[in-house]
Amino acid sequence: MTFLKEFSLRKNRLLWGSIFLLSLITVSIACNFVFQASMRNSFSKWILVGHYRNVFWHGWLETFFISVTALLLSCFLGALIVTARRSSLKSLRLLTLLIIEVIRGTPLLTQILFFFYVVAHGIGLQSRLATGILILSFFSSVYIAELIRGSIEVIPKPQWESAKAIGLTTFQTYRYVILPQALRPLLPSLAGQLASLIKDSSLLSIIGISELTLAAQQVNAATYCTLESFFPLALGYLILTLPISLASRLLEKKLIL
Amino acid sequence: MNITIAHLHKSFLVHHRLKNLFDDLSFSITFQHVLALLGPSGGGKTTLLRILAGLEIPESGSLTVDGKNVRFDTKSLYHYRQKLGVVFQQQNLFPHLTALENVMLPLTVVQRLEHAVAKKKAEEILDQLQLSAHQHQKPHQLSGGQGQRVAIARALITRPQFLLFDEPTSSLDPEMKSEVLELIAQLRSFQIPLVLVTHEMEFAKKCADQVIYLANGKMIDQGATKHFFSHPKTEELKRFLELTRGVDHLLP
Repeated sequence: MTFLKEFSLRKNRLLWGSIFLLSLITVSIACNFVFQASMRNSFSKWILVGHYRNVFWHGWLETFFISVTALLLSCFLGALIVTARRSSLKSLRLLTLLIIEVIRGTPLLTQILFFFYVVAHGIGLQSRLATGILILSFFSSVYIAELIRGSIEVIPKPQWESAKAIGLTTFQTYRYVILPQALRPLLPSLAGQLASLIKDSSLLSIIGISELTLAAQQVNAATYCTLESFFPLALGYLILTLPISLASRLLEKKLIL
Repeated sequence: MNITIAHLHKSFLVHHRLKNLFDDLSFSITFQHVLALLGPSGGGKTTLLRILAGLEIPESGSLTVDGKNVRFDTKSLYHYRQKLGVVFQQQNLFPHLTALENVMLPLTVVQRLEHAVAKKKAEEILDQLQLSAHQHQKPHQLSGGQGQRVAIARALITRPQFLLFDEPTSSLDPEMKSEVLELIAQLRSFQIPLVLVTHEMEFAKKCADQVIYLANGKMIDQGATKHFFSHPKTEELKRFLELTRGVDHLLP
């Protein structure tokens, strides 16, 4: 046990060490850019872009809102799809499989365009934001469903049987026996999927949702300052994705058997 | 307790072909403490136990337990299973819960007892089975024998109508086997009838009061243990008993 603890401590040190090193490199590269830019224009570009900080801020908030909503919705939809996929009705299983294959087999950009110009217009969905969140959740939920299904199916059969034998209902079996065991192997991949969802939200700029990417593009168009517009863009996404991978690492440690 | 089975049919898909296991199986047996299901592998012992446990549904036929007919629809089986205690070969315990939490689960979730009450009951039974020292350990910290003993504690905690054990010692090494078998022998004091599938002939001889011998999905013999072992009815059964007497008699 002490050996294990030591090992995890060392791993921890390694992790933080690499994070520190990476941030050092990033900062120095950034400083270099800033330095070169300032040589030419003496910060004027940064100051110019700085005037648009409100645009960035609103874009970031929009991205944050889209991500959180789509994240919750896609987890919910994902659970629903798993249930349908594992249902005893064959027609429901096949229908779910079809949906999964279609969504996994087409690019997100295509789905955004199709859903926005064809489906949303068809059903009279006016709000771009709602449309965007819906597409993103739907896209992500399919992947989440497959992740959940994978982690459920590796649980050995005697566990299901034991749960059944002590008189648990199907719901209780999932709640008390299956899901607690499925969660640990699921977390890292789920965190990766959620980070993807945040990054994928940038594609929503194509249908004119004023999220972070669109905001950066607008600032760039107004100022012609590329680095100064797109550097904050990358930073804005990192601020959202890094906490997710950190949180998953912490949770994973907490859930160790 | 009495178990009566009439005209039972059960088949399985083996390599996409339907294979009959039980073809019109019928018997009725009454026992007080332990009923042992004996027979060669693949003879239907485990399947019979699983039907008795409400985990497997026969295609046709009837099962009567203490005069009550068991109905094989999902809802009736759900209620039926709550009155039983089952222990499988291995991996009975839930790995994310401690021994104590494993034993408490049927009480808190199925019987909806208060946490404190359930905890007290679980601690009592673990104490009775000399497992108190391990109650806060997770299954992977327990030895195979301790794990099976905790599983037996969990099966006992609800005071079931009867117990069903499916080769509870077959995945254990000899030392641990004896610790689990000792515990099973002690179970008499709980006054809960037990149906036991086992390959431990010597143990069945000592512990069971009635025996059923199954081979190829047919009941070859049944009866009181003493009589069963001393007067085997068929040649096949005689051979089986010879073979399972162990290798000792083959040595000079």
